[in-house]
Order: sequence, then C-alpha cells, then structure tokens
Amino acid sequence: MAAVSLRDVKKSYTAELQVIHGVDMEIADGEFIVILGPSGCGKSTLLRMVAGLETITSGEIAIGGRVVNNLEPKDRDIAMVFQNYALYPHMSVYDNMAYGLRIQGLSKQVIDKRVQNAASILELGKFLDRKPRALSGGQRQRVAMGRAIVREPQVFLFDEPLSNLDAKLRVQMRGELQSLHRRLGTTSLFVTHDQVEAMTLAQRMIVMNAGRAEQIGAPLEVYARPATTFVAGFIGSPPMNLIPKDGKLLGIRPEHLEPCAASEAMLTIDVDLIEPLGADIIVYGHIGDRDSARVAARLPADAQAQAGKLALRYSPQNVHWFDPGSGKRIAQ
Amino acid sequence: MVENRPWLTFLSHAVLIFGAVVVAFPLYVTFIASTLSFEQISQVPMQLWPGGHFVENYRQVLSAGTTQGSKAAVGTMLFNSFVMASSIAIGKIAISIIASFAIVYFRFPLRNFFFWMIFVTLMLPVEVRIIPTFKVASDLGLLDSYVGLTLPLIASATATFLFRQFFLTIPEELAEASRIDGAGPMRFFFDVVLPLSKTSIAALFVIQFIYGWNQYLWPLLVTGQESMYTIVIGIKRMIVGGDAANEWHLVMATAMLAMLPPAVVVILMQKWFVKGLVETEK
Repeated sequence: MAAVSLRDVKKSYTAELQVIHGVDMEIADGEFIVILGPSGCGKSTLLRMVAGLETITSGEIAIGGRVVNNLEPKDRDIAMVFQNYALYPHMSVYDNMAYGLRIQGLSKQVIDKRVQNAASILELGKFLDRKPRALSGGQRQRVAMGRAIVREPQVFLFDEPLSNLDAKLRVQMRGELQSLHRRLGTTSLFVTHDQVEAMTLAQRMIVMNAGRAEQIGAPLEVYARPATTFVAGFIGSPPMNLIPKDGKLLGIRPEHLEPCAASEAMLTIDVDLIEPLGADIIVYGHIGDRDSARVAARLPADAQAQAGKLALRYSPQNVHWFDPGSGKRIAQ
Repeated sequence: MVENRPWLTFLSHAVLIFGAVVVAFPLYVTFIASTLSFEQISQVPMQLWPGGHFVENYRQVLSAGTTQGSKAAVGTMLFNSFVMASSIAIGKIAISIIASFAIVYFRFPLRNFFFWMIFVTLMLPVEVRIIPTFKVASDLGLLDSYVGLTLPLIASATATFLFRQFFLTIPEELAEASRIDGAGPMRFFFDVVLPLSKTSIAALFVIQFIYGWNQYLWPLLVTGQESMYTIVIGIKRMIVGGDAANEWHLVMATAMLAMLPPAVVVILMQKWFVKGLVETEK
C-alpha cells in the first residue's frame, strides 16, 4: 500500500487539444478516492495516466514516493478494473486471475494460494473452471476484481466498474467494494459519473470538469459547500437551484425550500411540473418569465402542491453565494 | 415466421430441389463416367448408371495415369497438390496474422501507408504479375520445386485484411489488461490474440487450402517434370488433343480424386469454418 501524489499533471494530445489542465492531489495511504465528473471531463484519462496506459505530458505522478512517469504499467505496482471487465474470454476464471502472476514468474503454490484466497473473498470458488462468457455480469465483475486482488498491488484503479451492471446489482457491488476496501485497506482510485456511487464510496472525491479539478474534498463537505457553480449543479438530485440576485448567484438546495404563506414568501415560483416520489414531492417551476431561473423544491409528501403560484421560504444559513462570472463560491 | 401454406412449402421445396439437382448432376455424371470403360464412355448417349470398372479405373490413374496422355501417377499429383495447398494455406496464415498484428497493435511511422500498400496488392491477382514473378522464380532456381510452387503465392492481402478486421474487434482493454498483467507484445500475441483467432484461422485455412488446391496457371508455368505436377495440371495434361484419343473415363476418375481433398477439408472443418465466419468469441 502506498500514497499517491499527482503534481500539476497535464495531458495534451496536440498543442491545441489539452484534456487535463493540471491536477494536484495528495492521496494518503489506504484512502478511497473517487474521481467524479460528466463524460468527457478527463476523469478516465487521469486514471489511465496513473495506470501508465496514457503518457503524462507534464507534471509528475508518484506512487509510494517513487515517480512513475516513465515506468511501464506492470512496474507501477497497480491493478486496474475496467468498465467492460476486459477478462480474457478464452481463459477460465482461474487462469484469468493467475495470468499476471504466472508472468511474474511466481511459483505454482503461491499462485494457487493467492487465487484461492481471492476466490474465497469474492465467493468465486464454484466458478473457477468456468469461462467468462458462462458468468453473469456481477460474477464477471467479481472476477475482474479478483484479478486485481491477486496482484496484491499498492493501488487499485477502477474505471467505472459498476456502470455495466443493473441498478440492483450496482448497489450490491457497491457494498462489496466498500467491505473489500475495509478488509484490504489498499489505496483506491475510482472513476465514475454516478454521484450516488461517489457519495457512498468516497472518503474524498475529486469533482472534475473539462480537465480541471473543480473541488477536492469529503463527499458531505462537497455537498454542503460546493466550491463552484459546476459542483453545485452537478451534485445533488435535483441539483442546487442557482438564482440570480443582486448581481450574484444565490444557491439553495431543493430540500432547503419549504412552502409558506404568500406573505412570508422569499421566493415565489410558477409551478411547471410536480413529481410525487412517495417519500417526498419534487416541484419544478420558474421565477418571473419562463426564460429566467428554474427552481426545484423538495417538499414533504403531505405538502399540497398544485399548479399555479407557490410561495417558498428558506433559512439564510442554507444559502450559498457564487460569483456569476467565475462561478466560484463567495466566502461569507 | 410461422406460416402454414402448403402450396408455398411445396413450391419452395420444388425450387430448392431443382437447384440442388442442377448443381449435383454434373458431379453425378463425372462419377458415373469414372466407372465406365473406354468403350462404354464412347457411346452416345452415355449411360447414366454405374459401369463395373470403378476399381480398375481408379487403380490405373492412381498408379500410372492415362495410357495415351500423361503417364504421371495421380497418387504423386495428389501428394504434390496437398503439399502445395497446405503450405500456401499455412504460409499465408502465418505471414498475414503477424503482419496484421503489427499493423493493429504497433504504432510505427507510415503504418497506414504500409497497410494500404498491402491492401492495394489485392487488386493484383497472380495472373497480372505472372511474368515478372516467373522470371524471379526462374532466376532463383525455384522451377520444379515445392518452394517455387508455393512461395510466390503465400503473400496474402486478403488474409492480412481479414485478420486486421478481426483484431480491431478485440476490445482494446484486453491489450491494456495484459499490459498491466505484465505481458509483452509477443506474449500478448501468443497468449491472447492467437487463441482468440482460432476460429478465424480455421475459416481462412479452409478458404486458402481450396485456393491453393485449385491453382492452375502458376503450377502450369513452374512445373515441367511429371513428378512435380499438381492434380489440376495433371488433368490438363491427360487431355491430349483429338477427342477420340482422350480416355475420358480416366480423366473423370482423376477429376473425382481432385475434388475429394477439398471436400474432406470442408467437411472436417465445417463447424469451425462456420463459427469463424459468423461468430467471434467474446
């Protein structure tokens, strides 16, 4: 296990096409880090640079204090789990896990011990002789993780490993990933575009946008104090409302709005859409004319929501202010 | 589709049976002719049921060819054809699989240029480059040898192209996973690419074996001695000119023998062949 440092890491394919604009981060030994962002933001590229599958244009990546910029993936002491699992289709589950160890030249006994151990952690014991195509999606996912575990690497890299699974399995695998991390304590980098995965798995997360790290922090801290309007608008479902006010942007989470009498209204919206979700109701509307700010409010299930005007109020302590030009948070 | 229209069923079967008969009838005639004697086959019309000379005719051609035309034994020719067809098939596969591996998995200067160079040779079949090729083969002293028969036909743009297309369907992540596992390029080739290409290789082997077996013009040029004749050339050499002099029953027996090995290859590799054409193991 090891700490990972990214120092002003940049990636460009041509002089004009720069995809990573300098990411700085210190990842502590044993930390579980999630890299979150919309597709095309460079999150996978960043991960692949740590893996050694992409070259680093400038900056430095160090794993366990050793700069790895010019090392082959196999020499970086990492293991990677791919989105489509990338299992060798013609090899049995056992061989898939043992392949890398055989190349390392480990003895048969050591290989067998490690594979059996990984198989028992992941409950793959029964499937060792099967080919990947005879496995379900969740089982393939586990084999891919098994292949990473047997290497006993310093760092695990996960590239959207859960996005090919159905919703139920994803929740289950999320839990398994968490318990695996608790058990092995290996430093992990996990790329995803799914904010629920990020919020639940991460000890700290990096929110990326267009090749830049917009914010780095613990999930709840990022949720409670988004550093930019991008983060505010990306995290949370529905995301934070951003309303222009006094030349600034006022940010307020939908759950911090509550219905009130018209006389107390701090915000009045014209309701466009009501979505009763059972546990609560989400009301979408707009202020003033249709093109102006759109607002979503999460109301209790028993709230009387109907078409027309809706008066809302909020507590000042839940308000965030952003600079409309730079999108950055304005400290209060 | 679930349909129940007896007339349509009848009609479609009638068309199919007619088509099958049209294709199969010449084969049947060839077989019948190969069992007749010289007198029987000279009658007009030729009888359409087997004569009694099957064993006799086949023994004659296998050991000594015809009596009037070429006297080369068909047994030797079968052996030559087999050596030629399998060397061409194996050689083509070996060379083109390595070539396409290089083109798909390595980044080198002018990579695309080289690919298109190979691709362009698709437009140049053996026949158009036959004279310079013959000159080269003859200067190298390759006439009347197995090397001369096979080597000039081994380079294959078709197979290179097909392997390239197949390699492009192998997910890139497999190459990356094996890089992380520590496999070098050749290790990746032998451990991952080659096993995954098994079915494609089998399909190509069938196609190229038949291609090699049916070669006519090239063997006609490079073989002078009877001992180097391939069977396709052998058939040609048995036909000596005047219609009456030709021992058609023996020629037909040779034709039957010439058809046999490709058919056997197709039947034996049928399962693999179809798999290689329709399915990729992923």
